[in-house]
Amino acid sequence: MSRSFTRSPVFWPAVGLIALVVLNTAVNPAFLKITLLDGHLFGTPIDILTQGSRTMLLALGMTLVIATGGVDLSVGSVVAIAGAVCALMLQGGHSLALTIVAALAVGGAAGAVNGTLVARIGIQPIVATLILMVAGRGVAQLLAGGQVLIVKHAGFGYLANGFFLTLPVAPLLVGGLFVVTQLVVRRTAIGLFLEAVGDNETASRFAGLAAARVKILAYVFCGACAGLAGVLWAANVGAADANRSGENAELDAIFAVVVGGTALTGGRFVLAGSLLGAVLIQTLTISMYNLGISPAVAPVPKALLIVGVSLLQSDRLRRWLAGLWTRGGKGTA
Amino acid sequence: MNALRKNLPLFVTGAILVVLFGTAARLYDGFYSARVIVSLLSDNAFLGVAAVGMTLVIFSGGIDLSVGAVIGFTSIFTATLIVTKGVHPLLAWSLALLLGSALGAGMGALIHWFGIPPFLTTLAGMFFARGLAFWINTESIGVTHPLVEKLTNFDLALGDAVHLPAAALALLAVVLAGYVLAHHTRFGRTLLAVGGSEQSALLMGLPVGRTKIAVYALNGFLAALAGIVASLYTSSGNASAGLGLELDAIAVVVIGGTLLTGGRGHMVGTLLGVLIFGTIQAAILFDGRLSSWWMRIVVGALLLLFILLQRGLVRGMTKRA
Repeated sequence: MSRSFTRSPVFWPAVGLIALVVLNTAVNPAFLKITLLDGHLFGTPIDILTQGSRTMLLALGMTLVIATGGVDLSVGSVVAIAGAVCALMLQGGHSLALTIVAALAVGGAAGAVNGTLVARIGIQPIVATLILMVAGRGVAQLLAGGQVLIVKHAGFGYLANGFFLTLPVAPLLVGGLFVVTQLVVRRTAIGLFLEAVGDNETASRFAGLAAARVKILAYVFCGACAGLAGVLWAANVGAADANRSGENAELDAIFAVVVGGTALTGGRFVLAGSLLGAVLIQTLTISMYNLGISPAVAPVPKALLIVGVSLLQSDRLRRWLAGLWTRGGKGTA
Repeated sequence: MNALRKNLPLFVTGAILVVLFGTAARLYDGFYSARVIVSLLSDNAFLGVAAVGMTLVIFSGGIDLSVGAVIGFTSIFTATLIVTKGVHPLLAWSLALLLGSALGAGMGALIHWFGIPPFLTTLAGMFFARGLAFWINTESIGVTHPLVEKLTNFDLALGDAVHLPAAALALLAVVLAGYVLAHHTRFGRTLLAVGGSEQSALLMGLPVGRTKIAVYALNGFLAALAGIVASLYTSSGNASAGLGLELDAIAVVVIGGTLLTGGRGHMVGTLLGVLIFGTIQAAILFDGRLSSWWMRIVVGALLLLFILLQRGLVRGMTKRA
């Protein structure tokens, strides 16, 4: 195995995912089995992709925000707001397309608020997005009148649970968005701008970059992703629950990004890693069911994984280990 | 003038509390009574205890997301020991306080030695503690023990009208201890110095590592104590106790005028923040027409107000310097 391959940022999440899959297959040989039923694909891997698509979507937006050296804690609340907006629009008899546009607009507007607080007013990202995280869920409950809004709309449910050419729709949608984003950020200078702002905002501004505008753009994109995730959330259960939908979603998204090799300090990002990280989380959750462990305990392995990955990324630990290595080498020589 | 400027956030917090309470007292009959004022303290005692620890952590420039989960863990852990294992409450509580401190110290060590961001480390701590809590028991357990009943029924009479229950006394004691620790000891000054600039504190020869690990351990201890107060308050143990409480605690600290970047703030502000939080909650209850979600919206708006105020102050200070 070449050294450059093990140094690749997606190496460790890939190893983690493979290890989980091997463990699961050892316990339950049918884990990887995919069957074609009524022209649809069924199986645990398909479930992982379908159920994990929302976290993937949030992780996609979160990656760009983290690349600028920020973080967005409000995505879970934005999911709840967007879900409530969807339910109200559909109940009001508006078309599905208009509903989705409205959800995206609400998410984008929330992102614009976050971005302005961070980039123009200069508030720390954790604090700035905390405001909307706290207030947003209240706004969602206000919109929904404290009720769980039921949505009955065939096309709406299709978005989250339907199949297109035997393939599940939600992962296709997210996968498509991922490919487009990857092309846009890597084939244009936007990716470079994001990394420059995250690495050193002052330097990038002196280099003539509209640093504030780049940051706001990242938050708007992240908000829009959260809006779309809100659509999928409401579509998945056929209802908008202002209290529960998107609960802890921000934590899972940040977790997916960090596991995927994007450092919280910003200045560098790996979109593919975040996607892999999101799949890893969902696989971890499904593994708990598969291995017969109570899903209530699921946070514990998550916690251990975060600490493990953070330690692997820690420069200090690497230096410390490297120090042991050279000292050991000298001892034997 | 300078002292006024330095303590401006504290004065604003105090003024907001007076205005909020005054408005509520005018609007609702019986709001201005000893019973309501005492209940502001006792109903929010566990939030207050957790907020005192959070204040200390934020002084040092860190953050701790695990406090809510530690409250849940402590609640179900002590209840299980007392009810199903027949352990004496004092022993169970000591064990819980020890575990809370150990978890805090472990997170502090990860933060200091390996340079993992506090946000991420304590996020892991939150998952860990909540997972363990649900692993112990997903159902809530009622706690009955002579000592527990004695504590829940205890109150200190101050005159005829005012009776301070144990929870309110615990909150006041913790705030007092936190105040002395933060503003009148070497540890407190070191905390603020580390929060102001860790590099400078290190160059000044202050024990940065020891202080950082100690403050997370102390916060773990206080979170466990908050868990005990919470389980006494409801006379039960519940693994989902304190869900999302870390956000309320952070909000209360910020509303109390403490700078989230660390290095500046006041413990008294945190007590005022808890009282503001309690006043809003009590007013919504008294009104009866307002729904509970207004609580979140008002707290969010207050957060925004204080953060903008602090931002303006910090900008003003750097401009003059």
